[in-house]
Amino acid sequence: MATAPTLPHAAHKGGFYASSNGKKALMAVTGAVLVLFLVGHMLGNLKIFLGAGSFNHYAEWLRTVGSPALPNRTLLTIAEIVLALAVVLHMWSAVSLARRAAKARPVKYAAKRKSQAGGYATHTMRYGGVIILLFVIWHLLDLTFGVVNPKGGDATPYDRVVAGFDPSRWWVTVFYLVAMVMVGLHLRHGLWSALQTLGLAHRYAALKAGSAVIATVLVLGFVAVPIAVMIGAVK
Amino acid sequence: MNLTLKIWRQNGPADRGRMVTYRVEDVSPDMSFLEMLDVLNERLILEGDDPVAFDHDCREGICGMCGMVINGVAHGEQRATTTCQLHMRHFEDGAVVTIEPWRAAPFPVVKDLVVDRSSFDRIIQAGGFISVPAGSAPDAHAIPVPKDDADAAFDAATCIGCGACVAACPNGSASLFTAAKITHLSLLPQGQPERASRAKAMVEQMDAEGFGGCTNTGECTAVCPKGIPLDTIARMNAEFLKASSK
Ligand code: HEM
Ligand code: SF4
Ligand code: FES
Repeated sequence: MATAPTLPHAAHKGGFYASSNGKKALMAVTGAVLVLFLVGHMLGNLKIFLGAGSFNHYAEWLRTVGSPALPNRTLLTIAEIVLALAVVLHMWSAVSLARRAAKARPVKYAAKRKSQAGGYATHTMRYGGVIILLFVIWHLLDLTFGVVNPKGGDATPYDRVVAGFDPSRWWVTVFYLVAMVMVGLHLRHGLWSALQTLGLAHRYAALKAGSAVIATVLVLGFVAVPIAVMIGAVK
Repeated sequence: MNLTLKIWRQNGPADRGRMVTYRVEDVSPDMSFLEMLDVLNERLILEGDDPVAFDHDCREGICGMCGMVINGVAHGEQRATTTCQLHMRHFEDGAVVTIEPWRAAPFPVVKDLVVDRSSFDRIIQAGGFISVPAGSAPDAHAIPVPKDDADAAFDAATCIGCGACVAACPNGSASLFTAAKITHLSLLPQGQPERASRAKAMVEQMDAEGFGGCTNTGECTAVCPKGIPLDTIARMNAEFLKASSK
């Protein structure tokens, strides 16, 4: 190919985060923050199997950690702000990339496009993300603020969990399980995809297997609690 | 063998276009897909109809012109194969075959199955080159290249610019193509002076053309007639992030 002189190129007006690669990197980094949170949250949840005292004490510890050096809730509030920011930025990049993708293919194929790569999880990312978001809102209302919880916000965390997953509220448990499956699928693709986005992916077989294992462990850890309440192992 | 074809017909860029059904008879299993279309077109010409416009040049899998989506798959379901190298023996007698152009805003339809892939040219123009003093050709052995780098660069360099990756991508992303070009040059000594500016300029041009962003679905690699691997995109991402942090 003949060489051409260096041409002025269409630099992004908005800089790094206006570029599709910049948005992807933001999605990967915020996703990683959320994954770290999920790991911690899942491990914390499992304390419920050590009894009401241990679980309530853990919830209390989250509020008092750092004191007396720091006022109560300092670290918790910082974590909440970081998480809220991560969720907002993650969604912002997801939505703007989805809109860019829709614009890139204005005319759809008449024949049903057959997936050749066969990654089921890959195709659940967008609607799965929306389900996860709806779930997170419900989950906060139920177990954090207690406004949709039978015991309300003043009960102990343990009582709220037991009441929240009471068999009479089976639909809550079903919603929870569905959402956790969506989280599992999201991370099945998201974990290795994030590494790829950050330019770190090489050995795909190992990476994909690792993502599947981490996603599965997380899902099992999360669903263990509602299932234990449902079958009466935690009451 | 006899086939029913459903082909996208569009008179020109402004026409709305529609799927039209044709029958082709006495197709030999030894024909290539394009030869089968030639048979149809000869008949259409004899009947006074407008032949189906499709792009092609080398018909030996190296020029990248012959892109079309066959039964929903770019270049058809045969892996690592361009449409011109796809043979009719892979189809069943009596099959219904849909044929559509690449679908992407940066690949506007010119006529029927022919799309304008100049957006790829502009991505190349943005940085897919090295600056060399014009003059007598340097000695081919003047600059040693480590074997692994040479192999990886060569793998990336086999990209023929066909655009199947864009056609197959659910996001209409040109990442595999752009990554192949960036990777090819960034691995070689001759590509080093412009390494960072190239990565930035080509990625930004890709966005400016209106291609979608990559979500690592892997659909591109699966249909790529040259089997450009997905880790080429990881290399591009690394190059772009490094260049952007400067
Ligand atoms: C528990 C919360 C969540 C976690 C841990 C999480 C994690 C991740 C990770 C690690 C990625 C990969 C980033 C990449 O490909 O570079 C990702 C991608 C994505 N996330 Fe999330 N996410 C969460 C919630 C959400 C929500 C609420 C939404 C939607 C509103 C969402 C939508 C997406 C989309 C659309 C992608 C891109 C998928 C793709 O690459 O195809 N996620 N997420
Ligand atoms: S990467 Fe593969 S599919 Fe994409 S343009 Fe190059 S050869 Fe064609
Ligand atoms: S016509 Fe050249 S690759 Fe098919």
